[in-house]
Amino acid sequence: MTDLLDPPVVVHGDDHGHDEHHGPTGLVKWLTSTDHKVIGLSYTITSVVMLVIGGALAEVIRAQLISPNNHLVSLAQYNELFTMHGSIMIYLFAGPFAFGALANFVVPLQIGAPDMAFPRLNALSYWLYLSGSITMLLGVFTAGGAANFGWVGYAPLSNAVNTPGAGADLWIGGLLLTGFSAIFTGVNLTATIFYLRAPGMTLFRMPIFTWNMLVVAILILLAFPVLTAGLIMLYADRHFGTHIFTVSGGGVPVLWQNIFWFWGHPEVYILALPFFGMVSDIIPVFSRKPMFGYKGMVFATLTIAALSLGVWAHHMFTTGTVLLPFFSIMSLLIAVPTGIKIFNWIGTMWGGTVIYSTAMLMSIGFVITFLIGGLTGIYLASPPLDFFTHDTYFVVAHFHSVVVALVMGGMAGLYYWGPKITGYMLNERLGRWQFWWLFIGTQLFTFPMYLLGLKGMPRRIAVYLHDPSWANLNMWASIGAFMIGVSTIIFVINCVYSWKRVPAGDNPWDANSLEWFTTSPPPHHNFYRLPKIRSERPVWDYNHPEARALHHGEDHEEIHDMAKHV
Amino acid sequence: MRIEARILLLLGLFFGIMCAVYWPTSNEDGGSVMMFGAMLLGFLPGGYYYYWSRRMKPRPEDRDATQEEGSGFVGAFPSTSIFPFLLGMGAWFVVLAIVFGIWLLIPGFALVLWAFIGGTHESRRGGQR
Amino acid sequence: MELTPQSPRDAAGPKRALRRVRNLLALPIAAIVLSGCTLPSFGAFKSDTKTGQSTYHLWQWFSVGAIVIGGFTLLLMAYVMIRYRRRSDSIPKQTQYHLPLEITYTIIPILIVIGLFVSTVVVENKVTANPPTNVKIDVNAFQWGWKFTYPGYNAVVVGQTTQAPTMEMPVNTNVHISLTSSDVIHGFYVPKFNFSRYALPGVDNIFTFDAINTGTFFGQCSQLCGLYHSLMWFHVKVVTMSQYKAWLASFNTPAGIAAAKAANEATNQQTSTGVATKNAYGGS
Repeated sequence: MTDLLDPPVVVHGDDHGHDEHHGPTGLVKWLTSTDHKVIGLSYTITSVVMLVIGGALAEVIRAQLISPNNHLVSLAQYNELFTMHGSIMIYLFAGPFAFGALANFVVPLQIGAPDMAFPRLNALSYWLYLSGSITMLLGVFTAGGAANFGWVGYAPLSNAVNTPGAGADLWIGGLLLTGFSAIFTGVNLTATIFYLRAPGMTLFRMPIFTWNMLVVAILILLAFPVLTAGLIMLYADRHFGTHIFTVSGGGVPVLWQNIFWFWGHPEVYILALPFFGMVSDIIPVFSRKPMFGYKGMVFATLTIAALSLGVWAHHMFTTGTVLLPFFSIMSLLIAVPTGIKIFNWIGTMWGGTVIYSTAMLMSIGFVITFLIGGLTGIYLASPPLDFFTHDTYFVVAHFHSVVVALVMGGMAGLYYWGPKITGYMLNERLGRWQFWWLFIGTQLFTFPMYLLGLKGMPRRIAVYLHDPSWANLNMWASIGAFMIGVSTIIFVINCVYSWKRVPAGDNPWDANSLEWFTTSPPPHHNFYRLPKIRSERPVWDYNHPEARALHHGEDHEEIHDMAKHV
Repeated sequence: MRIEARILLLLGLFFGIMCAVYWPTSNEDGGSVMMFGAMLLGFLPGGYYYYWSRRMKPRPEDRDATQEEGSGFVGAFPSTSIFPFLLGMGAWFVVLAIVFGIWLLIPGFALVLWAFIGGTHESRRGGQR
Repeated sequence: MELTPQSPRDAAGPKRALRRVRNLLALPIAAIVLSGCTLPSFGAFKSDTKTGQSTYHLWQWFSVGAIVIGGFTLLLMAYVMIRYRRRSDSIPKQTQYHLPLEITYTIIPILIVIGLFVSTVVVENKVTANPPTNVKIDVNAFQWGWKFTYPGYNAVVVGQTTQAPTMEMPVNTNVHISLTSSDVIHGFYVPKFNFSRYALPGVDNIFTFDAINTGTFFGQCSQLCGLYHSLMWFHVKVVTMSQYKAWLASFNTPAGIAAAKAANEATNQQTSTGVATKNAYGGS
């Protein structure tokens, strides 16, 4: 049995070679640090602040919609509200939280690397993200108000004639900055995963989270340059007199939609895959089993990535200018790898020892809510069904099922990796309260919206006085949204309450991957020693050498036989 | 390294096939061009990795290696640097200039230039120690 | 450390579970099959056009599929969550791969997807077909109203926001709608026809309405188009062919011609200045 275990050795790469790292502290440390852990923490805090801002805007939207003819906000303010809500949540929270925050912190740890491949580029990514976020939010304070053309910015509504004013320009500027931030993060993650893995950490021994981050990084590199190019064209249309998206000068408005969604649909998976990865790391740990169908999971992720670039026009079925069957079959096919993932998660729990920590509850909530969002997504992949649900609350409900599921996945990640990041446990009792408010609130929030969409309520309307009977369902949706707000408050309370209360120790969850082999929080350059890496669960193999993963057809008896022979 | 190459080449191949199906059947060029670009973005790094995977022995991270085999100098990781912050602020000023006034380009480009020079110099010293 | 042996009860667990799940599913499936065409609406409109009704039936069958698949998956989830909750701290069997099972749940979804795709294409071809007809209506969307013109006739209807102009069309006839926009993108959405289409500047989108019931149906802009997007309403009034012809003819009287001319001028003026109707919804 002993040959399963290599004596842990001092790890490479730490050119300081000392326990303590002497460097600046406080504000100077924050401004100058290139340590992926500090940057990851900055990303986490900034993006959670964005979540709170975006969530507050959502609560105002839901308050406006409680009654058919509400005057809480004016029509113009309402347009700004949902535009900023969508933009903040998609561009400033979900994306950066997904590929900036936890990925930055966890990926180098999971592959046994001392840092990201390009630490200074990593810091630049963060500063571009922060300044881009501030730029977009500055629009609120300009004379004409913030951008008000929806987070998709459809031309020609977003051109200088229909939306003059600095708010729209700040929106474009903010997106350019955060777009470059994302591209640099993509470069950094790809290089880190390709070149800085620890010895023995082959690609097929990486934790699923790191795998998903690699796929996300590739998708970022494929998709984000398209958005950046599109934004520059839009800016040129607004200020340099070009007519790329305006009919009067020979342009084609639909081109913006093609460009936007060529970025926008991979972006959906850029947002989703990191959270799939978090859940895929968490469920095995709290089932005390290996990831069921690990390789199938990786291939499913790669398939999603490949297909995601061929489905953009399912957002444009009702334009009447796209090739319906092509995009229909591509979009439907994405259901297959997604289904494989869900069955793999169930397979992981099957026969395991399921421990209901907050992280696990959030993961299960994620799977259930995402299943609902995924199933309703199948309707939208069918053009005839999309024709009558497109741009109604059905679509809004669909993608809120998906993205609030992602928030649950992110919360699972924070409860799971929070102890590693801060060194202290988050309170489990408050965590369970948060989960139930979030989970029940989400279902209460989305189900009435599905029904409203089917009754014909278009999205982005501030009043619906022609059919006051919609008020009832809207009231339920608003109650659900307020419950989600309560859950966020519970989370903030938990962060404050748990600060420096219960030390976490190195490996509080008896987890699988390398980040649990080092201290919490990890030292500068991460590792003093590394275990032998022979599977995707090196730390589990180190702690439980007798309980390695079984291949198909293998049974415990065979191991016992082998042990006898040895 | 071989698997990395294979993943990227396969992605490029898939986008190439999609492009070949999509271009003739749709009356739309934007998506076809973007898919063609995606194909190139798969083939370019994929080809690079494939080229080197045939000329290199498997690295320790590509095989059943022990930790000792990976020991040694991995690279210089600068511990602290102010230049990313300066570069980011410079880029921010440049973006703000297109909204609030062209004069912001002056501090913007000054910061960018400073950060480029300082950052390059820092790299030549091998990072701040 | 000793591995905990699997008790016989554990080993039988999955198979029994499958049987239990099958029994649970049998009842709703049987109910659906027996009830035949009387599937529930699942919240959607039955539609007042023929093509809209085929969309509606597609919707019903998609919903059956979604409920069966979703219900099955949720039951599996509930089963593993209850059955395998922690009871002791022993380490469970470390199964990682079961290739036949994995292949099964790859193949079956692919087959389902092919089925969904085929049924989609069948309905899609019905919905997007434009059988020849001589009833044609031009719809022009603008910020924030609609203009309906009837090529070959004097009839023009125009109205903004809550004025909600009414588009008259005959029942039991194919009607070609030619949709375009004179400024930004709008959405021509008639919920009870189960249909919407973008009004794109510079593009003539042609589609067919084949209403089977008379009546007045509410419609609304569905694609964000600026300030008064929430109030960009219209009505579709489906009448018999003789009523429709009489209505068209009413525009041939001097009064009708004058009204149409006034409507045309009003649109030109309003679209160029962007002045909206006076209502309670002040701009900023």
